[in-house]
Amino acid sequence: MSIEIDHVNKHFRDFVAVDNVSLTFRDGELTALLGPSGSGKTTLLRIIAGLEQPDTGRIRFHGEDTTDLHVSERGVGFVFQHYALFKHMTVFQNVAYGLTVRPRKTRPSKDEIKQKVMRLLELVQLDWTAHRYPHQLSGGQRQRIALARALAVEPKVLLLDEPFGALDAKVRAELRRWLRQLHDDIHVTSVFVTHDQEEALEVSDRVVVMNKGRVEQDGSPEDVYDHPANPFVYQFLGNVNLFHARVHDGVARIGDVQLPAPEFQGYKNEHGQAYVRPHEIEVFAGREHSDALHAKIEVISVVGPTVRLELRTDNSEELVHAELTKHRFRALGLAQGGDAWIRPTYSRVFLPDERVSND
Amino acid sequence: MITPSTVIDTNDTIAKRWRRATEEPVWIRITLITIALTFLTLFLVLPLTVVLYGAFEHGIGVWYAAVSDPDALSAIRLTLLIVAIVVPLNTLFGVAAAWSIAKFEFRGKSILISLIDMPFAISPVVVGLIFVILFGSQGWLGPWLSSNDMRIIFAVPGIVIVIAFGTLPFIARELIPLMQQQGKEEEEASLTLGANGWKTFWYVTLPNIKWGLIYGIILCNARAMGEFGAVAVVSGRIRGETNTMPLHIEVLYNEYMFTAAFAVSSLLTGLALVTIAIKSAVEWNDERRQRIAAA
Amino acid sequence: MSITLVKRRVIPGFGLTIGFTLLYMGLVFLIPVGAFLLYTTTMSWEAFWSAVTQRQVVASYKLSFGGSLIAASINLVFGTLVAWVLVRYRFPGKRFVDALVDLPFALPTAVAGIALVTLYASTGWVGQYLDIFGIRVAYTQLGVVLALTYIGLPFVVRTVQPVLEDLETELEEASASLGADRLTTIRHVIFPALFPALLTGYALAFARALGEYGSVVFISGNLPFRTEITPLLIVAKAEQYDYHGAAAIGTVMLVAAFLMLLIINGLQWWASRRHG
Repeated sequence: MSIEIDHVNKHFRDFVAVDNVSLTFRDGELTALLGPSGSGKTTLLRIIAGLEQPDTGRIRFHGEDTTDLHVSERGVGFVFQHYALFKHMTVFQNVAYGLTVRPRKTRPSKDEIKQKVMRLLELVQLDWTAHRYPHQLSGGQRQRIALARALAVEPKVLLLDEPFGALDAKVRAELRRWLRQLHDDIHVTSVFVTHDQEEALEVSDRVVVMNKGRVEQDGSPEDVYDHPANPFVYQFLGNVNLFHARVHDGVARIGDVQLPAPEFQGYKNEHGQAYVRPHEIEVFAGREHSDALHAKIEVISVVGPTVRLELRTDNSEELVHAELTKHRFRALGLAQGGDAWIRPTYSRVFLPDERVSND
Repeated sequence: MITPSTVIDTNDTIAKRWRRATEEPVWIRITLITIALTFLTLFLVLPLTVVLYGAFEHGIGVWYAAVSDPDALSAIRLTLLIVAIVVPLNTLFGVAAAWSIAKFEFRGKSILISLIDMPFAISPVVVGLIFVILFGSQGWLGPWLSSNDMRIIFAVPGIVIVIAFGTLPFIARELIPLMQQQGKEEEEASLTLGANGWKTFWYVTLPNIKWGLIYGIILCNARAMGEFGAVAVVSGRIRGETNTMPLHIEVLYNEYMFTAAFAVSSLLTGLALVTIAIKSAVEWNDERRQRIAAA
Repeated sequence: MSITLVKRRVIPGFGLTIGFTLLYMGLVFLIPVGAFLLYTTTMSWEAFWSAVTQRQVVASYKLSFGGSLIAASINLVFGTLVAWVLVRYRFPGKRFVDALVDLPFALPTAVAGIALVTLYASTGWVGQYLDIFGIRVAYTQLGVVLALTYIGLPFVVRTVQPVLEDLETELEEASASLGADRLTTIRHVIFPALFPALLTGYALAFARALGEYGSVVFISGNLPFRTEITPLLIVAKAEQYDYHGAAAIGTVMLVAAFLMLLIINGLQWWASRRHG
């Protein structure tokens, strides 16, 4: 079932939470709504669910207008950030809830409910917890029960609000993979909200980056990471260095370094900002390339298999961050306070005004 | 590094002298506890004891005779009738007010919360007076009421309304903070799963507020049965007709029938003790659940 | 393109519950209170003024306000002490004592009244010993203060207790680690944190004492000019069908109650702002 968001707006008092957003989520796709806190991603998710009412705009499920349909009739599965499991009910009762509250006419029999709940509990690998209470489970287990509960009503779409937000790093990584697998098995159109770029990139088929209530970019995880549409996406997805750059006829110049910038074919001598990821900076111990910039190494920090350098170039107030493998770092024999030469290998230039944003 | 165990092993006196940064010396602690307990004994334990002692001083037979006296029985019956009307009404009010305040945002909410507190601040005597002036024989609506053969003051309806007024905040005050603190996520979850409003309230909200509601009802009940000042003004103290239990106690006391007064008092005292026991149990239950939730 | 939507709340029942809430409050107390105030305005200003400034009435204000102030002050000191002991120390029977603090809240005032007068009369369990020192409690102003202290007792304890429980011991540990002795820590760290709660508890105890009737009338003896509290005068005037006199004094009490409520709300707002 596809979800269509058509020019949706929502404000809370003076705060614009969702600013004229239009999106379509295709049938069976797993989409991440990615953005910093306050970017409107959770509000958008709640509008899709019917937990918030948009000020203007429409929501359609598979072409059918559901904007005025009450949340209890909309047929969505919603997994809350803090799970919202019913404290006074057992795991079994929680998962069975959506079926037991149905009017008698459409309610399955007790046996059918029991079979279905147990099947779902097996699916989330927690059938042994059926008679426990939520407070007796770990965070990751509660999360999976919340998911089973949402799936029990056979929702047309599955919506998850920061599904892994409250979990520790290891459980997060496990659940992420598990959710991906589960989605591949059941294939229900799913949207989840996250502020964690790694999560969005790893799990989803598609990433929608949001900021200040607007969609900044919408594309596949690879696309969004490798070709950020604008400075915000660049900075939000990972660390980035900024350099002054001049673009001229499809070439960007950072100091003496020349890099291809085909999107600026025909531009003459424009000033802009070049965005360079830390791993896209080559570091040398000596002046091997005539165009490399000279810098002093201020801080060296070893993080697992990679080494992060903070360098100060001769003509820049800002520190440059570079990342290289431990292997390469050892081979270079760099030392804190010592000299180094750096050279960007790839960059994306944005001009200061909005001329870039037309693509 | 010196570990605590090595301190105890090597130097016993340090371990004994050591005191937590947030603690006072033992003698201060004991002095403060003693003062507090003496104060509470004088003000709480002794009055309680004197009531129970006075009630049973001359044996259970005398107590029973006083409690089963026709006037006492009629006072008990009237009091029970009144709480049977007032408590359900105030319960409905409390649940409705708490639902609207805790689950929705609307203008004037803080004013509404303050207004709900108001009956609490008004002297019970003034509460009684308000209704005497409205409905009394010399009051505003008095002549109209008597020409239509209706009676509110010096009759049961007047007692019901002043007690409803005086005990109006109790259940609402208990439920509002409880429901605000629980938020609305569980209700939203229930709605996304297809439940309607009533089912959500019945299966999700009510079990969550159960204990607070029970305590609120018990407290409202105890206060309704014990209401004195307001009832004293509107009841007219007609024996066997408009005497509630507290008024009956006053009548007995003023007629120097102390044992009987204490005997009837002991019933209300028992109710008060049950009330605070339930409050204590509810709090204990909450603490336990919070400990579990934190673990 | 903008399409106006039917405004609809996600959680149902707002109209029903707010409607019933307002209807019930309106019928039970907003309309009656309003009508009562309207009734007072039908009196001439002179009649009102002379009713509220009669010598006997003024004497009762002095006792009611003064007695309530003293009682609230006693509760401030001992209530804080009780809250402190209940939160910070462990001793046998603590849970029982903690529960018992609510007794004045749950016990009917008439029962409290006859219990107090029986205890503190010159022949009572406590009164007989006080009598030896020439201290008389029953049928004196001291008795009035005693009864008002009794009924205000839970308020300071119950407002201070939760704040004390939430007070992070880390603050005290920090203060101690910076070299402060215990008394300095209490004065500069604990007291400022408790201050709003102390004021709120004090105001609540005072407000409750001001309107109290049941527990006082038995022990006070109701001597005009000496031990007559204002609520008692209202009852006396109402019983004599002096509705104007009663309404005038009642209005004074009602206004005092509103003011106390405003002050208490202000204090709570201030406290929550300081905590937030």
